[in-house]
Amino acid sequence: MEKLLDLLSENARMTTEELAVMLNKTEEEVANQISEYEKKGVIRGYHALIDWDKVDENQATALIELKVIPKRDKGFDEIAERIMEFKEVESVYLMSGGYDLAVTVKGKSMQEIALFVARRLSPLESVQSTATHFVLTRYKDRGIVLNPEDEKNDERRSVFCD
Amino acid sequence: MIDYESRMNDEIVRLKPSGIRRFFDIAAEMDNVISLSIGEPDFSTPWHVRQTGIQSLEKGRTWYSPNRGFMELREEISKWFARRYHVEYDPKSEVLVTVGGSEALDLCIRSLVNPGDEVLIPEPSFVCYVPLTEMARGVPVIIETKAEDQFRLTAEALEEKITPKTKLLILPFPNNPTGAVMRREHLEAVARVVEKHDLLVLSDEIYSVLTYGETGHVSFAEIDGMRERTIVVNGFSKAFAMTGWRLGYALGPKELIRQMTKLHQYAIMSAPTTAQYAAVEAMKNGEEDIEYMRGQYDMRRRLIVDGLNSMGLDCFEPEGAFYVFPSIKKTGLTSEDFCERLIYAKQVAVVPGVAFGNCGEGFVRVAYSNSIKNISEALKRIKDFLQEI
Repeated sequence: MEKLLDLLSENARMTTEELAVMLNKTEEEVANQISEYEKKGVIRGYHALIDWDKVDENQATALIELKVIPKRDKGFDEIAERIMEFKEVESVYLMSGGYDLAVTVKGKSMQEIALFVARRLSPLESVQSTATHFVLTRYKDRGIVLNPEDEKNDERRSVFCD
Repeated sequence: MIDYESRMNDEIVRLKPSGIRRFFDIAAEMDNVISLSIGEPDFSTPWHVRQTGIQSLEKGRTWYSPNRGFMELREEISKWFARRYHVEYDPKSEVLVTVGGSEALDLCIRSLVNPGDEVLIPEPSFVCYVPLTEMARGVPVIIETKAEDQFRLTAEALEEKITPKTKLLILPFPNNPTGAVMRREHLEAVARVVEKHDLLVLSDEIYSVLTYGETGHVSFAEIDGMRERTIVVNGFSKAFAMTGWRLGYALGPKELIRQMTKLHQYAIMSAPTTAQYAAVEAMKNGEEDIEYMRGQYDMRRRLIVDGLNSMGLDCFEPEGAFYVFPSIKKTGLTSEDFCERLIYAKQVAVVPGVAFGNCGEGFVRVAYSNSIKNISEALKRIKDFLQEI
């Protein structure tokens, strides 16, 4: 039933009926499977993918690399959990490689994000250093191409002509 | 003023242009059109295949290939075909790489048909068999397949059309435009007639990887006694979404392939080199791509068949290719009127069944090689259209 997840991740608004037809299942089977996924936490929600640039000019996003000192027994969990409490923070990942936590932050301006990093993140006890990278253009997000000029039109052409 | 037509080959002048075309032209001039009329994959060629083609260009491998195609490609084709369809062909003498399946069809018909020979052509089917037969001065004999037989060729219908002049049977399955497939038992029934009347067969299996039933495609050459009587035509266009690369192949007994190769040599020289490098990669590492695309087509197929049936456009369950062939008889329109009114009223392009033979009248061909989003939207529009007429 991973196909069901593929279909939903592409378009969560498809009806159970449509999904059932495509997957050759009954509507009941599909509905049960979906609620099982929800219960197990496989499906974490159904959100619109919004291109905020279109809604509000005053938007900025940054990817912040954090080096942190892990706590004995708790490792990185404690600091990660602290950081994810900030409403400005969109995502928090523990990374392999040259730094520890990757944090994406959204704000009204680069200025606002810079202040957030300086006043909220940097002072946290276990944070050693930060590096802030601002997003300039978002081409593709969660598998969806955002720039309409890049969006694929049907470029297939008529084959038959005299 | 020169009267060009009077100076030209009469057969060429008499050839009719394909009926698929007109609706493309109308569609091209409109905005917001959803075209379910295009007979090619909406996928691009898998990236690793494209990359191999690019690399061959980067390395400057831009020369001719041998007439029959690169040996490495012929070997891969031979292995691929044996793996999937259990028939062995000698890459040296029984495989010919062509410019698309289309060239292979032409070579085969021209190599086999003498003036006056009768060629049996099941219809509805792709548009090229009749003109190619006529250009070879053969006589096309149409066998009409029917919705109640799931558009399969039956042994009885075949037997009925055989005369002492019958030379060749064309077997276009999985079928464009109906989506019909011939299962093993149906092929076996046909094979008995072929044997009895000592016919040769051109089996156009270009959609062979796109079947959706429980049993996969069976090549006609796999049926007992048929390998020696059959030219199999296949290619890369549909299986690997490589239509623009123009690459196909013919498989058959070496005596037939040798004659076809002469024609190919003089008319074409050799198939495109870049495409052949890419095709080697497709044959070696393309199974996952095939399965992915087939899975996607299958979901779309279910969606569109269910949608059309529930709005009263009856379609039998197509088991192959990427077409459905619903009956529009209930609307009282001809297939051409239906398509024309649909595109003007709702900007959805489909192809009249009559373009694929007279017995296609009363049906339209709907291609589901399009995104789920477009298919859903097109279904809504067709439903509205039906309520308005």
